[in-house]
Amino acid sequence: MAKMIGMIGTSHIPAIGRALDQGLEETPYWVDFFSGYKPMREFLQAEKPDIAVLFYNDHGLSMFLDKKPTFSIGTAPQYENADEGWGVKVIPPLTGETELSWHIVNHLIENDFDPTVCQDIKVDHGATVPMSVLYPNHSYQGIKVIPIAINCERHPMPKPSRSYAFGKAIGDAIRSWDSDQKVVILGTGGLSHQLDGVRAGYLNTEFDQMCMDKLVSAPEELCDYSNDDLTRIAGAQGVELAMWLAARGCFSGPVREVERRLVAPISNTAAGLQLLLPA
Amino acid sequence: MADSQMPQGTYKFDGEMATLGYNLNRMCFTFNDEAGREAFRQDEAAYCDKFGLSPVQKEAILNRDIIALLRNGGSIYYLAKFAGVLGLSVQDLGGMMTGQSTEEFQAYLDSQKVGKPNG
Repeated sequence: MAKMIGMIGTSHIPAIGRALDQGLEETPYWVDFFSGYKPMREFLQAEKPDIAVLFYNDHGLSMFLDKKPTFSIGTAPQYENADEGWGVKVIPPLTGETELSWHIVNHLIENDFDPTVCQDIKVDHGATVPMSVLYPNHSYQGIKVIPIAINCERHPMPKPSRSYAFGKAIGDAIRSWDSDQKVVILGTGGLSHQLDGVRAGYLNTEFDQMCMDKLVSAPEELCDYSNDDLTRIAGAQGVELAMWLAARGCFSGPVREVERRLVAPISNTAAGLQLLLPA
Repeated sequence: MADSQMPQGTYKFDGEMATLGYNLNRMCFTFNDEAGREAFRQDEAAYCDKFGLSPVQKEAILNRDIIALLRNGGSIYYLAKFAGVLGLSVQDLGGMMTGQSTEEFQAYLDSQKVGKPNG
């Protein structure tokens, strides 16, 4: 039985990748954000997980509107990054983990979740920024990654309750995998923000703090929100809470919070950071 | 659609909008590649025509009218790539959409500051 060692919730915005490229970590704008990653990096260096199951959303690199999966899972041996059109440096490829990927796919479909299965996809900042910030200088060669994408672009998108249930099913799959490997769960994106329209720049950090409270103690209560609710309360891209809910869903029992930070504004977002361990 | 359930200034990108904006978004999707960006820069109007943008969408592209692009089916994910072609940041884009300078938009963001004792 594979062991899930914990969950890290993290932002994945492109500006973080750019700040890393440009060595801005210690500048006044960024220092309070990046200092939050120190305990996360120490946790990963101490625990040395073999595999990261990474929930993200594709922002129009691999998954255009022509064929847009609602839920998808990568089963590739490797994931390349690519130019997304705004000059953030392309990073070295992530290594995949095909055996657990297919185990999850088989388990999900047997248990009535039917994701799109991707044997060849490029991953965008949604996946690469978390890996870059958690593993400085692209030192993520020692960990295999399973990227799992949730549509957060075009409505209809999965209800928060469904993303949470999806995570629960993935957690069951990981627990049933006959292996002694250690797995870390990454929930990425969010938290409150709105990029588009006259309401651009809207944040709701009180709501974000409440969400991080509930992720610890009562994640199912967050499942009562609809995506329209999240849009109203947390901004149009606040729907990215889906990935945090899916990540939290992987843990069947109680969790304890080891670290939390909420820093805003980071670019146009409120950037959440949270480390949860099985209690 | 400009959903009555949505907060003012929010354009819910749903099936209706995705249908309306498909060609516009398809064009902006090509801005992932330098070849697409360069072809657009060479002749913006011709590039819009190549993808079959409506006259309103084409005019909004040529005028950098982001709100009009959102109203006509643009997805912010691909409009962000359009901003990339223009060398604009998401703060520039925020200013353009809210009728402010980039500095004013940044000040609005900063007015919501939390967790930044040093910045």
